[in-house]
Amino acid sequence: MRSDIDDIENRIIVDWIEPGSKVLELGCGDGELLAQLIAEKRVRAQGIEIDDGSVYSCVKKGLNVLHEEIDEALSDYNDGIYDFTVFKRSMQRVVGRPDAVLKEALRISKKVIVSFSNFAHYQARWQILVKGKTPVTPSLPYEWHDTPNLHFLSIRDFEGWCRDKNVIIEKTAYIGRHGRVKVAPNLTALTGLFLITK
Amino acid sequence: MEKSVSFVKTQYYTFAHPPNEFALETGKKLGPITVAYETYGKPDKERSNTILILHAFSGDAHAAGWHRGDKKPGWWDGMIGPGKAFDTDKYFVVCSNVLGGCKGTTGPSSINPATGEAYGIGFPEISLQDMVAVQKCLLEYLGIEKLFSVAGGSMGGQQVLEWLVAYPDHVQSAIIIATAAKHSPQQIAFNEVGRQAIMADRSWHHGDYYRTSSVPAKGLAVARMIGHITYMSDGSMTEKFGRGSGVESYLQHKGKSFVDRFDANSYLYITRAIDSYNAWNGRGIDNAFKDLSAKVLVLSFKSDWLYPSYQSLEIVKACKKTGVDATYCEIDSTYGHDAFLLEADKQTYLISHFLDKVSSGITDVDYEI
Repeated sequence: MRSDIDDIENRIIVDWIEPGSKVLELGCGDGELLAQLIAEKRVRAQGIEIDDGSVYSCVKKGLNVLHEEIDEALSDYNDGIYDFTVFKRSMQRVVGRPDAVLKEALRISKKVIVSFSNFAHYQARWQILVKGKTPVTPSLPYEWHDTPNLHFLSIRDFEGWCRDKNVIIEKTAYIGRHGRVKVAPNLTALTGLFLITK
Repeated sequence: MEKSVSFVKTQYYTFAHPPNEFALETGKKLGPITVAYETYGKPDKERSNTILILHAFSGDAHAAGWHRGDKKPGWWDGMIGPGKAFDTDKYFVVCSNVLGGCKGTTGPSSINPATGEAYGIGFPEISLQDMVAVQKCLLEYLGIEKLFSVAGGSMGGQQVLEWLVAYPDHVQSAIIIATAAKHSPQQIAFNEVGRQAIMADRSWHHGDYYRTSSVPAKGLAVARMIGHITYMSDGSMTEKFGRGSGVESYLQHKGKSFVDRFDANSYLYITRAIDSYNAWNGRGIDNAFKDLSAKVLVLSFKSDWLYPSYQSLEIVKACKKTGVDATYCEIDSTYGHDAFLLEADKQTYLISHFLDKVSSGITDVDYEI
């Protein structure tokens, strides 16, 4: 499902990545972001994706893509072999433990970019608290029975995890209903983006 | 009708005449060596558009097009031709029969010029490295310095790996299909049963059956029947034979027709070569692809239990270790190991786009790790 959030999100990620760097995207889908990164930043790009159809789309775009589960794909890489590892809303979908995958990403690359849907957006809070329903928002557009997301977290949760693990947050960006937001992101942001490093 | 490269003829190149024999990996000498090969399409001016196709265990140089009078085209005709995955309008495609084979390239059934009789088991032990070294000689003879791509499945895939580790500077891209860097005990076990079936046949005569009026037909047929079981899957057998009816006669037919087209001693020599191959022997998996600038496409098939996907992922692992640009896809197929010969559409999609990328150099960015 494509939305305006996708475009804003891609723009922020592309802006954060330095030209000519080596980028690994985990759960790269159809490879739209990687293609944009190659076009705009001349990066050397590698994607990892488990969905068959998406792998074929990536190959059609001329991208390097590995048909693997994220959880199992990272242990073979040497330390620091990538400049950036990107999780564009894919950390929520890893079959195993997201913290284990994040740790691996921080090992194999100098910097990690994580974007995820904020479970504590005010719309979500309203739907749980008042309506008593599992939230469906523009960044969490799925019903309970058809969601690919396996893990749910808020911006505050992620900040807390970084603090506990001594992970440095270098940059943040938040996207709300009408574009970028800065005030009270845990309440106003549908999507949070973090640039983290060890 | 589908476009094809139409009529083709197998060609022959003979080299390594005594006293300049070819040095085998074991240190023994062999010569002269004749190589049977075919070519499709045309080389460009710089001879930079060559794709070397490497056949599987029982394959031959006749990969595409038709031989006059034949009922079937070459073994990968669905993939090689105008507008196909290996597009002969763009690429110059070369395929040769392996050393030790029985389809025109020197092997145990060839006449040893020193004795005037077939080599038999007097033929020296050969390795997969030797097969690839002979291919390199052929390409030098054809005036091809660097391959645009090298591709093959199964035993052909093992040879692609050998090209990458032995001649990394001579390969621009590689397509490695349904194969393994080294055979597992299970793969060796199936081949050993085949070898024992041949050697248990009294007509084998310790490999010296060429002088007699018979060949070890029963042993070779049983060996081939076992092979066929490993090439299919539970699903593809059920689909083809329903509740078991017909599988016996199918295997018997496959076994018998194999006897007419394959030499029992070649079976022994080639299976030993592929069983003892290990692509990581030289520098280990961590450094095997060091300094490799080729782009790599690795393909496996979901129902292939002879060369399971984990073996392809080990090849991917070698790419990851040294930062080689790689694409890997496990193709959804029920055909088992045979899928690399049968799943033309999916392979065509992946291979043609991959080759387009290699020729456009889309990800060619100067970058130092």
